[in-house]
Amino acid sequence: MRRRGLAPAAPAALFLLAFMVGPLLLMLYVSTLERGAFGGVVWDAHSLAAYEKLVFERDLVGRLALNPDYLAIFARSFQLAAITTTVTLAIGIPTALYMTMLPPRRAAQLLFLITVPFWTNLLVRNFAWILLLRNGGPIDGMLNRLGLVSGPIDILYTPFATGIGLVYSFLPYMILPIFVAMERIDRRLIEAAFDLGANRLRVLTRVVMPLAMPGIVAGGVLVFVPCLGAYVSPELLGGAKSMMIGNLIQAQFGASRNWPFGAALAMVLLVILLMGLGLLALAGRRRKSA
Amino acid sequence: MKSLFRFPGTATVAALGLAFLYLPILALLILSFNENDLITIWTGFSARWYRAVFTNADMLQAARNSLIVAACATLFGTAAATAATLGVARARAAWKAAVEGLLGLPILVPEIVTAVALLLLFVFVGFELGLLTVVIAHTVFCIPFAYYPIRARLAGLDPALSEAAADLYADPARRFLRIELPLLSPGIAAGAMLAFISSLGDFVITYFVAGPGATTLPVYIFGMIRIGITPEVNALSAVMLLASILLITIAFLLGRHSDKQSDKGNG
Repeated sequence: MRRRGLAPAAPAALFLLAFMVGPLLLMLYVSTLERGAFGGVVWDAHSLAAYEKLVFERDLVGRLALNPDYLAIFARSFQLAAITTTVTLAIGIPTALYMTMLPPRRAAQLLFLITVPFWTNLLVRNFAWILLLRNGGPIDGMLNRLGLVSGPIDILYTPFATGIGLVYSFLPYMILPIFVAMERIDRRLIEAAFDLGANRLRVLTRVVMPLAMPGIVAGGVLVFVPCLGAYVSPELLGGAKSMMIGNLIQAQFGASRNWPFGAALAMVLLVILLMGLGLLALAGRRRKSA
Repeated sequence: MKSLFRFPGTATVAALGLAFLYLPILALLILSFNENDLITIWTGFSARWYRAVFTNADMLQAARNSLIVAACATLFGTAAATAATLGVARARAAWKAAVEGLLGLPILVPEIVTAVALLLLFVFVGFELGLLTVVIAHTVFCIPFAYYPIRARLAGLDPALSEAAADLYADPARRFLRIELPLLSPGIAAGAMLAFISSLGDFVITYFVAGPGATTLPVYIFGMIRIGITPEVNALSAVMLLASILLITIAFLLGRHSDKQSDKGNG
């Protein structure tokens, strides 16, 4: 047995320890610091003010009062991420199923067509929706000409536009893992179900979907996680009223200059996601052992 | 028999999904050739905005920055990922899990969180924000993008090949250069291409860690959109879109070509 061991993995591992794990620990540390008078942080003055600010605000006499503003942004982010995940599931499952049933060559071509937008620039793809959705744009013009609406559509700069941008950004992340899972299903199982008199709906719900479940879960995670931390779609397509966690975090490093609060927000986002993924992994293990 | 495998309605959803994916891309491409500067009202075909883009010095500087960063991050990221693949494959299970978790971390952690954490690190250690900080930040996420295709390639290889080389007294360096590297090369090429594309396209992380002189193309486009939507932004966006579509097509064709070759080799 010739074990060369881990040595070749050292450069990548050390690099990521220094520039991924290290920075996350530093972020945790900064989130417990006090904000400097002119932005930045005071490196040795600790307080939990940043976390407190998320839920409470201090009035002029220093009393704590519940402040729903930031919680509302978290709630909106979860809502938009959940809606995006649902819509991409509704499009992704039938699309993946259709691709699975195609001859392999056609399926590969379709797979390529779905992968192309996935690799094109996120910023540019969201920008394209500004052109489509703006008042006086193609969609506005068409709906007015058809007489479906009269006057401007006023979709751009709303949470709805953000939702469109998010679905658009992350749809391929949903289709690809579901397709991979469905493609692995042994066709004989489906044939057997049909032979035993199951109709299409029953085959779908009792054979195809349960076997494709790992892909569906993976797709859900791959859409939900980046959605929750999305910055580009709400920034370009959403208005002031559809700010998401990502925009709130960025604002702390831009105009608001409150780094400890920004670090605390990023920390909360990270912990929520890791907890969610942990629970999912636990549920998966239980299902496997059951 | 074949008709049993057709699920009614799925074709319609797939067609609508595909139309949804390509509608904005087509709209952007068409509108970028509009001669009018009212952006969404079509008045006639013109390439004047493309000329404007390619004579814009700031844009060209941003494009140069993007290419420098993408080339460096791809090189470092792919080299580190290739080595890591070989190391992880031969490691004990516990170490393997730990290192794989570490390698996957940049994909798992939301971009905005990585961006904040890296900015804090650079400020804390006193790195001046510039091209170097952007290259470091991009290398972080290029490592996993390169790692997964290379690992997939390694998983499909017969470990006996490398063992046979060792039995024939090839030292580790020789084994790597003559056996493993050539066999892994399609995976390495695919991984490098993915790393390159994601580096060229990255906006959020770059936006946080790029100093004033290190503006990349996506950061530049974002600035332009912020100021106002001009036909020049359309043309520049269309150029970026076409460039990435071209790169992906090349990556796809390379992948297919090497698949065919290895099929021949095995058969």
